[in-house]
Amino acid sequence: MSAGESAPVEVRRVRRLEPAALAGVMTRDVVLFGRYWKATTFSSIVQPTIYLLAFAAGIGALVHRVGHFSYLDYVATGVVATAVLFSSAFPGMFNTFVRWRFQRTYDALLAAPVDVEELVTAEILWIALRAGVYGLAPLVVGIVFGLHPTAGMLLVVPIGFLTGFGFAGFGVLLAAIAKTIDNFNYVTSAVLTPMFLVAGTFFPITSLPAGIRVAAKFNPLYHCVQLVRDASLGGLGVADLAHAGVLLLFALVMWRLAIWRLGTRLID
Amino acid sequence: MQPPAIAIRGAHKRYGEITAVNGLDLEVAAGVCFGLLGPNGAGKSTTMRLLTAQSLADAGEISVLGYPLPAQSKQARMQMGVVPQLDNLDIELTCRQILSVFARLYRVARHERHAAVARALQIANLGARADTRVSDLSGGMRRRLLVARGLIHRPRLVLLDEPTVGLDPQIRQELWSLIDGLRSEGVTMLMSTHYIEEAERLADVVAVMSAGRVIAQGTPAELVRAHAGERVVEVYGTPERLTQVSELAAQRGWSSRRSGPAVAIMRAETLGEEVPDGTSRPANLEDAFVALTGEEIE
Repeated sequence: MSAGESAPVEVRRVRRLEPAALAGVMTRDVVLFGRYWKATTFSSIVQPTIYLLAFAAGIGALVHRVGHFSYLDYVATGVVATAVLFSSAFPGMFNTFVRWRFQRTYDALLAAPVDVEELVTAEILWIALRAGVYGLAPLVVGIVFGLHPTAGMLLVVPIGFLTGFGFAGFGVLLAAIAKTIDNFNYVTSAVLTPMFLVAGTFFPITSLPAGIRVAAKFNPLYHCVQLVRDASLGGLGVADLAHAGVLLLFALVMWRLAIWRLGTRLID
Repeated sequence: MQPPAIAIRGAHKRYGEITAVNGLDLEVAAGVCFGLLGPNGAGKSTTMRLLTAQSLADAGEISVLGYPLPAQSKQARMQMGVVPQLDNLDIELTCRQILSVFARLYRVARHERHAAVARALQIANLGARADTRVSDLSGGMRRRLLVARGLIHRPRLVLLDEPTVGLDPQIRQELWSLIDGLRSEGVTMLMSTHYIEEAERLADVVAVMSAGRVIAQGTPAELVRAHAGERVVEVYGTPERLTQVSELAAQRGWSSRRSGPAVAIMRAETLGEEVPDGTSRPANLEDAFVALTGEEIE
């Protein structure tokens, strides 16, 4: 058959968020991941190990309990949130910026039958899936250090996915706003670092001044930490519906903002 | 009669103070290789982006393969292939991986993907490099892979945006052979270029673009005849002599241009014995282009 004969593609009415387009973009991500999964997995395991060693072994020698949790249980579940944050916000920012501005990958994808909504959604979905799985790494490390395994820990995957979806969207949004890749230094220092410290990860927010305590309630990572802790350590309750609701709202808002902002940059 | 593969009517596109496309009318018939010839900044690349809906026209109507843009651009993109001016390949992937990903993106049926990838590799003569990473390919191979990527789904229409820009002559020849092969198979192609020779050699129809619109259109032979005549006389000499000849041409109303170390006088066959002594040669597309736009081109 020659190049000019009728195409084998099925031409039909297209709809929004076509599974074929999402799968196509994610296939590319999966193939690329095959190239660098070792490095990503290494950092996802080593980073929580270092946190656990530093906080559980170091501070844990001074602080044995936080509320009714042992400090190891407290930190191991807290570190899940930082793992999810780092494995979603950073790829959202850096991968998006590099693929868009340096590699022009998005130009190639948008010349195919993929629209911005599908492109951004697929990228965020893939990052969120990874974040959900990598969120388990701190718990696995924690178990090695003495954390008691529970069935509820499996809920970390969907919690990490939901949180990762929001932070991946946040990263894509920032990539679409940033003028240079160096702009991310401001975000890392002024936004992400305070965010993971003021989320009840390593110490309870009740020990913070009142103003910061209120601000922490608006921090999506705080709600992730609470959900992970309650799911993993057997304390799920009605309040967790509110935590999940906040994460869902955060994910939806960031998803739509990322599509809107990157769309204005990609389509002129 | 088949509807046109591309129809653009009265398209305008501005970027701030810059008008990139300014009342563009263009119709590309199915089955032809259509050359969009113009200097840098003429609006060729913007036109290409309008056709993939990566740029949205401020005014005017655009349809591709019968689909109005931008409303149904996705349907159009399913049946068209794009070969970009700038290399946007994933350098960490192999040729086969890239083609497999794009086969999926272009909705090639699962059971046909393997054959589609093999066919695209064969068209681009990259079979032996199928499992080589892009980062290890030569510039020419990367260009051929870009073409293969654009053909993975057997598109009805292929957009080639400056397909050989920046390539050395040998690689350019390879690309021309590939494009020529597609043309002979009846694939509709819209090819932007600022190389006269490329347009002359590959295009069935050429539209000359300047300042965001088409200022002339026809077969290369028609354009040459209409805008440069049949013969050109090139007069060589000292700078003073060339200035004299240019002034004489201006006084007489002859169409002329500086062409390297000579002054070229167009339509020499109509000028009788008044034409200064020089070297007579057939008029070419470059003569027509300069006569039309007043701009030199590669």
